[in-house]
Amino acid sequence: MRFMLLFSRQGKLRLQKWYTATAERDKKKMVRELMQVVLARKPKMCSFLEWRDLKIVYKRYASLYFCCAVEEQDNELITLEVIHRFVELLDKYFGSVCELDIIFNFEKAYFILDEFLMGGEIQDTSKKSVLKAIEQADLLQEVRVCDSLNWCPCAVHFSMPTTNKCERVSSVICVCLSSACLSQEDESPRSVLEEMGLA
Amino acid sequence: MSPSVRLQEMIRVIRSARTQGEERGLIQKECAAIRAQFRQSDNGARTHNLAKLLYVHMLGYPAHFGQMECVRLIASPRYSEKRIGYLGAMMLLDEKQDASLLITNSIKNDLSHSSQHVQSLALCTLACMGSAEMCRDLAPEIERLLGASDSYIKKKAILCAVHIVRKIPELGELYTPLACSLLSEKNHGVLHSAVVLITELCERNPDTLRQFRKTVPELVHIMKGLIMSGYSPEHNVAGISDPFLQVRILRLLRILGRCNDAASDAMNDLLAQVATNTDSSKTAGSAVLYETVLTVMDIRSESGLRVLAVNILGRFLLNNDRNIRYISMTSLQKIVQTDHTAVQRHRGTIVDCLKDQDASVKRRALELSLALVSATNIRTMMKELLVFLSTCPPELRAHTASGIFIAAERYAPSQRWHIDTILHVLITAGGDVRDETVPNLIKLITTASELHCYTVLKLYRALITDISQQSLVQVACWCIGEYGDLLLKGECDDIEPMQLTEDDVLDALETVLQSHMSSPASRAFALTATMKLSTRITNNVDRIRSIVSIYGSCIDVELQQRAVEYNALFKKYDHMRAAVLERMPVIDKSSPGDTLGDLTGEVTKDSSLSKPVPGGSTLPLEPASQAFDLLDLLGQTDTVPEASHAESAAAPDPAGPSTGRDLLDLLGGLETTVVPSVTVYEKGGVSLKLQCDSQTETAVTLTFTACNSTQNDITKFTLQAAVPKSIQLQMKAPSGSVLPAGGHSAITQTVVLSNPSKTNLKMRVRLSYSNQGMVCQDTVQIDSFPSPAWT
Repeated sequence: MRFMLLFSRQGKLRLQKWYTATAERDKKKMVRELMQVVLARKPKMCSFLEWRDLKIVYKRYASLYFCCAVEEQDNELITLEVIHRFVELLDKYFGSVCELDIIFNFEKAYFILDEFLMGGEIQDTSKKSVLKAIEQADLLQEVRVCDSLNWCPCAVHFSMPTTNKCERVSSVICVCLSSACLSQEDESPRSVLEEMGLA
Repeated sequence: MSPSVRLQEMIRVIRSARTQGEERGLIQKECAAIRAQFRQSDNGARTHNLAKLLYVHMLGYPAHFGQMECVRLIASPRYSEKRIGYLGAMMLLDEKQDASLLITNSIKNDLSHSSQHVQSLALCTLACMGSAEMCRDLAPEIERLLGASDSYIKKKAILCAVHIVRKIPELGELYTPLACSLLSEKNHGVLHSAVVLITELCERNPDTLRQFRKTVPELVHIMKGLIMSGYSPEHNVAGISDPFLQVRILRLLRILGRCNDAASDAMNDLLAQVATNTDSSKTAGSAVLYETVLTVMDIRSESGLRVLAVNILGRFLLNNDRNIRYISMTSLQKIVQTDHTAVQRHRGTIVDCLKDQDASVKRRALELSLALVSATNIRTMMKELLVFLSTCPPELRAHTASGIFIAAERYAPSQRWHIDTILHVLITAGGDVRDETVPNLIKLITTASELHCYTVLKLYRALITDISQQSLVQVACWCIGEYGDLLLKGECDDIEPMQLTEDDVLDALETVLQSHMSSPASRAFALTATMKLSTRITNNVDRIRSIVSIYGSCIDVELQQRAVEYNALFKKYDHMRAAVLERMPVIDKSSPGDTLGDLTGEVTKDSSLSKPVPGGSTLPLEPASQAFDLLDLLGQTDTVPEASHAESAAAPDPAGPSTGRDLLDLLGGLETTVVPSVTVYEKGGVSLKLQCDSQTETAVTLTFTACNSTQNDITKFTLQAAVPKSIQLQMKAPSGSVLPAGGHSAITQTVVLSNPSKTNLKMRVRLSYSNQGMVCQDTVQIDSFPSPAWT
């Protein structure tokens, strides 16, 4: 895949991901031209068209057009499936996704796309594992970390360098989600989160 | 507090702006605030600010001042900051920006980070915007990660390696040994990425391709596992188990099996199995079948399998889904040359697709239909194609027209059918045909001599209905001019006869001449046709004379020149008129590239006027070509300046060259003696001498000396020279431009001729000078040159 674009029926760009190095000026020009071509198509028409030397695969979901540019040897039908899978992921993540979700949370949409495709190719063909990875990454983002803390080897939680206990360190709270790092045995991950107001 | 609130607030505010100007103002304010915040070294809102900037960037506003902030955020230890920093890098930095090199070190550190998610961010960014230098620096790191135990990182590292191989193909050698072992992984993500990597390696390096051929059995095994396995909820899409992986494996098999019998045999069974067992009711299944068909067609498969593949494509053609029909036609296009008969079976469906609403489908159907035209189906196909031409979208017209012409030329069952078809195309889409259609059609018409009457009647009818299609108008005018007598006779077997008077015909031609829709070329055709009719009709010759003389003062130089010449033909050379305007001979079809090939009457008449030799039907092409060959500079322009001075139209033409020639003939005998200089021109007291200074095998240096023996000074004396095309001419600066009276001093000018192909030296020289306020011009032809003074 060379690039993927998401744009509305009014011609507003909602997302653009380029997998080849292109100058900023050329990108703008290509986006403008392509939007014109795709928006001019009638509803019942074929999802494939030829534009410049690329094959364009596009599909309209509600008010958003999902448009991918693939190369000569790529399979157009499977690209349609890729687009559909991406929409399913967005749907699962946002819960009945609509265009406004993508407008107001565009950076999250990018994060999902980056977890799903890399360098223009699918990373994982299982929907479940992609969603799980995004969930974990989001959780990681929620926690604020002090510089002196280390990442624990299990990569889901942090631990203090000296005591391996869950401790308040100045104004930063260290959250350990793995039971091995809990300071007290009757403390569960959930209660810690509740205490922090994150659950 | 969710970190995105401030961002969402800004988005809401921007969206509520009612005009573009208001939006721009808001964004400028925000950008200023963001820039100020960036300058502060550490604050808690860095992620929000960068996110806001990225939103502004997506709207299309400049955001380059955020690049350094991205670099800083990437280096931060906080995951949230790294995440947005890397996103910013992917959006704002590309390999052309210098700042992209600054993140190489951060990426390197993050690739060894203990958290998988941070590693994943680094890998993703490298795979998205990694430049060649970055890739080279980090290639060993990626190699290390390829051996990592965790499948989450492994699959990402493999895709990063794919990007590196695309950027720097030589580094493929680094990853080749590991790639083989990756096929034994169980994780679908890793398998998929591994297949992509192997595909990329094989496409770039034929040695690697040979090496990986031994993986064919393993790939076949994996595919079989996918097809035979039961329902797996994790990978199932519409009843197909992991179609993405299946498609990728099929594509790799295609590359491995190409031009290799052993590999192709090994996958035969598998392909047959996939082709028969895959359920194609949904897109996923169709995608797998499509890839299978492409693979079957590309490898050395057995014929049974090929037939199966073509049948699948045929089934696709009947599918309701337009997408499927489109891709089936695309694939059929690829195989129409090799499996022609198989595709012919589906001709009916393909022709029906010509009537589809969708422009893409129409285009595909057109290409395929043109490829399927053959001698047996030409009549039916042509009917369909002509119907298509009248309804097709404008961008396809030119292509359709040229396709029809090619097909008609190859398979025309009869000349009449051929002419009819071309006429039909011209009437429907005359504006979109190529330029050489007109001369080609004229050639065709002249060869079909028994159809002249039929053709001219048809063309006349078409002309009076519509004069907007220029190609049609041109052909019609030419034919009416040539075969006007047949038109007036009005009787013909194959077509309904028309009773026409001479005035009707002349009216039609005059309409073309006067219409604002006619292009200059069409009007030229019409004028010549009118002229030709002067010998074909009996009563209205005066009308023709008046038309021709009106155009003698036309603004268009072409028309004016022709009109003046035709006038001269009426006045001075009336005895020659019948001979000059006789029927054209049959045009030789084998001279397509000849500029003289698109003959109309005009070209030959030009040469006939400048050489007062009775032309008639023996107007051969040779003298004309000789004349042009020799005098392409002066020969053509010769007639123009003479024609534009209307009063001197007739006068200088016979005078100049012939007197010059007479002189040369007189002096011809002198050339045999070794005389250093020869007088090539002498008239009105001005003489021009030619002296050969030196002569080598391929070059001659000459000196012209001009002398004035009159009582008056001659001023503005200039020489112009023209030589045949194969000779190069270089004129040095003359010694002066004034010839004083009494021959006291002369003007000399040196000319160097280089003649690498050793053709006969010929030259035409034009003198022009001013004598007592009167401008004089004269031309001299020099056919033989004096030998040098020393040899």
